[in-house]
Amino acid sequence: MKKVTVHITLKQGVLDPQGKAVQTSLHSLGFDEVSDTRIGKYIEFYTEERADLKERVHKMCDQLLANPVMEDYHFEIEEAVNS
Amino acid sequence: MKFAVIVFPGSNCDHDMYHAVKDVLKMEADLVWFEDCHLENYDAILLPGGFSYGDYLRSGAIAAASNCLQQIRTHAAEGKPILGVCNGFQILLEAGLLPGVMLPNQHLAFMCHQEKLSVANHTSMFTNQYEKNEIVQFPIAHGEGNYFCDGVTLNQLKQNNQIAFTYQNNPNGSAADIAGILNKQGNVLGMMPHPERAVEALLGSDDGLKVFQSLIMNGRLSYVANV
Repeated sequence: MKKVTVHITLKQGVLDPQGKAVQTSLHSLGFDEVSDTRIGKYIEFYTEERADLKERVHKMCDQLLANPVMEDYHFEIEEAVNS
Repeated sequence: MKFAVIVFPGSNCDHDMYHAVKDVLKMEADLVWFEDCHLENYDAILLPGGFSYGDYLRSGAIAAASNCLQQIRTHAAEGKPILGVCNGFQILLEAGLLPGVMLPNQHLAFMCHQEKLSVANHTSMFTNQYEKNEIVQFPIAHGEGNYFCDGVTLNQLKQNNQIAFTYQNNPNGSAADIAGILNKQGNVLGMMPHPERAVEALLGSDDGLKVFQSLIMNGRLSYVANV
């Protein structure tokens, strides 16, 4: 088994209201050093090992998990432990 | 003319849509559960508003990946009229039947009020009962209605006369004040404001009637043409 973790973020230049709100809140707590706060999604799943796994995960991301018009993604594939 | 109103888990404007076509416009209509999606015998397909799958992942994304949307894609390619309102619009975008995406409203708040719109395209099968640049009033109710697309797509929308409705007072930050767009063939319309909630004066406006009347008129004309 393999464990896949996908990280999805809004593309640079796309308004990220959650990130903006969180940054404002951090500033109000006195953490003025913070900038460019972005919030994204983290998706993890387990999958059978297969030769074309990387290609399949790209397809999953393009067809459902991310919307390539407004989001970027990257993923890691690692050996599953105790799945 | 027979209408299918597709119901997804989380649809909450399905009965409003059904009421508009069935009770107000006196047309045949069925509420169709997305898993029992057989659309061959319907003349038009309506995707209502709501929060399909709780807006999980992204608004409309999971509904767009359903088997029902695969069927709708086929019917759309054959020229059948498809109308998506609010979440229905979001589903059409996620399904790639219309270009672009929805972002959260610019000022972040969920908005629920009446908005004035301008009919930007008065010649489509959804809008030909309106006058050129007619001002209408429809309610909006959405948190993610900020239409976004790249510059190339926006130019194509303008050049092909695919912008159906624009906001008079853009409430959510949409590109080019866009409230509703058509596909290139003109048989798929997605719009954030709710024409089905503006079909009786009692509701504050009956300006939405003409969307359905345009469709019905178009249906009748094509029926006559086919005979």
